[in-house]
Amino acid sequence: MQISGAQMVIEALIAEEVEVVFGYPGGAIMNVYDEIYKQRSFQHILTRHEQAAVHAAEGYSKATGKVGVAMITSGPGFTNGVTGLADAYMDSIPLVVISGQVPMSLIGTDAFQEIDAVGISRPCTKHNYLVTDAADLPRILKEAFYIARTGRPGPVHVDIPKDVTAQIAKFDYSKEVELETYKPTTKGNTRQIKKAIEAIAGAKRPLLYLGGGIINANAAELVREFSKLTQIPAVETFMARGTLRHDDPLLISMLGMHGSYAANMAMSETDLVIGLGARFDDRVTGKLSEFAKNAQIIHVDIDPASISKLVNAHFPIVGDVKNVLEQMIPLAKEQIDPSRYTPWHNTIANFNKLHPLAYTEEGDRIKPQWVVERIGQLLGDSANISTDVGQHQMWTAQFYPFSRPRQWISSGGLGTMGFGFPAAMGVKRADMERVSINITGDGSILMNIQELMTAVEYKLPVINIILNNNFLGMVRQWQTLFYDKRHSSTDLSMQPDFVKLAEAFGGIGYRVTTKEEFDAALKDAVEKNVVAIIDVAVNRFENVLPMVPAGGSLFNMMLEYKEK
Amino acid sequence: MEEARRVISVIVMNEASVLSRIVGLFSGRGYNIESLTVAPIPESKYSRITIVTSGSVRVIEQITKQLHKLIPVLKVYEHADLVEKEMAMVKIPMSESLGDIEALSHAYNGRIVNVGSDTLIAMVADEPMRVNHFLEAIKRFHPKEIVRSGSVALER
Repeated sequence: MQISGAQMVIEALIAEEVEVVFGYPGGAIMNVYDEIYKQRSFQHILTRHEQAAVHAAEGYSKATGKVGVAMITSGPGFTNGVTGLADAYMDSIPLVVISGQVPMSLIGTDAFQEIDAVGISRPCTKHNYLVTDAADLPRILKEAFYIARTGRPGPVHVDIPKDVTAQIAKFDYSKEVELETYKPTTKGNTRQIKKAIEAIAGAKRPLLYLGGGIINANAAELVREFSKLTQIPAVETFMARGTLRHDDPLLISMLGMHGSYAANMAMSETDLVIGLGARFDDRVTGKLSEFAKNAQIIHVDIDPASISKLVNAHFPIVGDVKNVLEQMIPLAKEQIDPSRYTPWHNTIANFNKLHPLAYTEEGDRIKPQWVVERIGQLLGDSANISTDVGQHQMWTAQFYPFSRPRQWISSGGLGTMGFGFPAAMGVKRADMERVSINITGDGSILMNIQELMTAVEYKLPVINIILNNNFLGMVRQWQTLFYDKRHSSTDLSMQPDFVKLAEAFGGIGYRVTTKEEFDAALKDAVEKNVVAIIDVAVNRFENVLPMVPAGGSLFNMMLEYKEK
Repeated sequence: MEEARRVISVIVMNEASVLSRIVGLFSGRGYNIESLTVAPIPESKYSRITIVTSGSVRVIEQITKQLHKLIPVLKVYEHADLVEKEMAMVKIPMSESLGDIEALSHAYNGRIVNVGSDTLIAMVADEPMRVNHFLEAIKRFHPKEIVRSGSVALER
């Protein structure tokens, strides 16, 4: 079949069973947009900013496990999308991002809207391509999808010059991908797995350390089976929320900088860490030399470079965590006696009793943690929860009752303010049955507020719940704690009228100052099923606690803060 | 942790921008490059990149793993037992003693390779450490310019 480069892009997307593309057109990508206009196989959602297009593709991908697709133009279109690429790279989200480029003859001449896109995306993608001949396009697009979803998933960027999209060449998409230099290991080494099981069977205080790789690998069910079978308690990283049900007796909580006392103490007291798809991030470990000091480490990860990068693994197992668990479970059934960990359970129960994850009500002002808990009580499993970045994000990770994988969508590694709303649109597009909530802050929401228009136009009724403290709260918290209360450029007292803002775009807005008003607003927004902003006035100076100060040891937590 | 000098060979697909992927990885992750050479492997679609770097055992292990992660990288050898050679050329004024320069170059697997009206060029090829020694010794002949090739290496 002889077709143009632009038609090849469409044919490839159809062959990959893409059902939605998030994007924004421009000069260099116009040939492709012309072909998008002519087809009916997938939907194109026009976001109002390229960054939002990539975040929406991320949200869609996180909710479905499929490869998310975004399309943007050259120059500023591309650079606007870079934050999304970097975000997806840090959180291992499979994306294919296609950008237009100036024609080949103009590359290198500082042409209008020219930028060295592959030069910029190189360090923040799993792989990238500059297509110089339409004849290569079918192979490159097929490789792009393959690389994005296999191994440790990640974003792949394909930059296509405008003349290449016009060039006619042969299209054959049937050839299997064959990359001599890329063959991810997916099965675990049997001998290492045997040794790991022996170590677990001999341990007194083993601890499952669950990471986001479990969600990526669709391995949560197996983790649940393994933990139930062995009765080994578990802590979750931020990225792994929803792996175990919130009410699972074996789930301690989230660990790390804002993890619970019990989770961090369990990590400090364990004699065997069983790391599954987690990468010992600095927000998890705190001071490395004090991290799980008394423990041996089993580390299962698809990415060999994650193993022994920061913490030395005694039992390194490279492989897809799903495959490895399938290999481990039969051995665990034979060799592990779940009753031997009972004393360890009692120790953990005591940690929990000593300092449970909690907050105190005071005065009439709504506490932000209450809002998160309340959303959980009212919507629970029926909502998918996205967030932006900051205090509201940590409170959500701490207090929302997650019950399933892919319910929790948040920017972990890069910590991108402005992620939540577009991601929640992508989530809604992926799962129209459930309510899509974006829990956000008064700082973050303004970073992609223009997406109100997209959400209204495409009937993606995201409910944005602003925990409004008139501050860039997390930075304010650090200023309070570590900068002697010099609140430099974090006071957001000057604010738009969020109710009118929502209405101006055709959505619905609520201003909430009491618990009763909140209940009523949330119920109304869910019932009306329209794009909404619920602006909740919360306690201004609430801190996210407990907290392990940056570089501190996990067992040295700040449990409360008293005004000096 | 103790810093050690290491030689790493990377076999990569011979394609556009592959070198920038390698170099970008080193600069982006804060690894050090002492020298780097690259050339196509004859009659193949691959190139061989030889990188001299330094770091603790853990850093070197990370470097090799991160290199492996790059899609166009076929193999990474972190050499333990290798033959390593480097070439250097030195431009020296004609006023110096040709005989002495020739003799010195000869001791380091080299010779005078070019003689012009004002300057001559001497070339040596030897282990990097010995090239250092040569460059130290050649100082007395008042070299005007020195160029080193960077190391190439093969496992024994």
